[in-house]
Amino acid sequence: MKFKLQDHILVPKHELLSKEEAEELLKILGVRKEDLPKIRADDPIAKEIGAKPGDIVRIIRESKTAGRSVVYRLVI
Amino acid sequence: MYEEIFKDYPLPEELKKEIVEELERRKVDKKTAKKIIEKCYEVYMKNLMEPGEAAGIVAAQSIGEPGTQMTMRTFHYAGVAEINVTLGLPRLIEILDVRKNPSTPMMTIRLLPEYAKDREKAREVANRIEATTVNDVADIATDLRNMRIIVTPDPKALEKKDLKFADVLKKVEKSVKEEVFEEDGKIIIQIKEPSYKKLMDTFDKVRKLVIAGIKEIKRVIIRKEGDEYVLYTEGSNLKKVMKVKGVDFTRTITNNIYEIYEVLGIEAARNAVINEALATLEEQGLEVDVRHIMLVADAMTADGELKQIGRHGVAGEKQSILARAAFEMTVNNLLEASVRGEVDKLNGITENIIVGQPIKLGTGDVELVLKLGGSK
Repeated sequence: MKFKLQDHILVPKHELLSKEEAEELLKILGVRKEDLPKIRADDPIAKEIGAKPGDIVRIIRESKTAGRSVVYRLVI
Repeated sequence: MYEEIFKDYPLPEELKKEIVEELERRKVDKKTAKKIIEKCYEVYMKNLMEPGEAAGIVAAQSIGEPGTQMTMRTFHYAGVAEINVTLGLPRLIEILDVRKNPSTPMMTIRLLPEYAKDREKAREVANRIEATTVNDVADIATDLRNMRIIVTPDPKALEKKDLKFADVLKKVEKSVKEEVFEEDGKIIIQIKEPSYKKLMDTFDKVRKLVIAGIKEIKRVIIRKEGDEYVLYTEGSNLKKVMKVKGVDFTRTITNNIYEIYEVLGIEAARNAVINEALATLEEQGLEVDVRHIMLVADAMTADGELKQIGRHGVAGEKQSILARAAFEMTVNNLLEASVRGEVDKLNGITENIIVGQPIKLGTGDVELVLKLGGSK
């Protein structure tokens, strides 16, 4: 049986950003890539979405306070 | 109908929902709604944390103060079945220290719809998970004169666990290096060497040999919750349990946070830290705002790996030598830093307090620059 780890209730949605999206994001946030929180390339979810070091992952969390919050992590 | 007004007022989703609900209940027209939303946005902006606020200190105090009231009582039969769970301060320390082996690992396993409704089916899944040792289903005796170990499986116990004699035989044969054969319903293990130590070692090995289930799961309890049966286990192994037939892996969790980190990744670990810490505090009747715990969880997971709060994690990786020395192992830190010839740039808070300078927080964070020769 094959299943997706992303379906687990503890795992929020992870999305891989394209090059253009990533660049635009950094411009909006006004930070360098390295200033973002990190996610390891061998993280089970990062592997599942096929993220490579240097990519940026968008994470859409179900937050207890804000309802839905979007954060970004740099793949290392 | 109010959606478009929110375009100019980017409020958090949860807040939006609440406002819309209230507006709809009162059937407010668009013009008034705009005014209300504007007022809400104003108040929201006022309540936001200001840049430069010491959020970490506030979080530390907000968790620390109620923490002093926590009991040291370690064990407690939590409402869930008869499983012993570590609670209170010891558990909170365990969570923040990211212990790889918590003292009472426990899993909550939910089942797929076709298994969840029927007690028999749930039992079936439980049998697949619970570790069954040879000792559970058979009598084991040693025969010193002939240097033999005699295993006598109990048919009743076997049936209860849904196992066959052949299963036991096969497992024993596979794991014991000695000669194994069957003799009228008994499994005989013949020790080749006449060594008493070898006999006892093999005896212990056979006794603890797992024939079915997952080694780490010592006990499974079936409980009815609402209209479905849920399994609670003593011991935890998320990776293996996830793959067991009948288990709904998407809703199966463990209280071993490090295991969640390894199997489900950093973001799941962050959620687990928040859930576990909050549950521990709430169980003790302490109300701590989630935001503080979220901040702690964020600090623990910021580098992509689960770090503990403490000298082997967040506090130990501080840039400043003085800040590290102020936390724990003062002499060691100072000595090692001097051996390596490290320099403290005095950029942080702790080190500036130590040397007696104004700190860069609040009003201290602002610097004035005077432009000379400007307009009069």
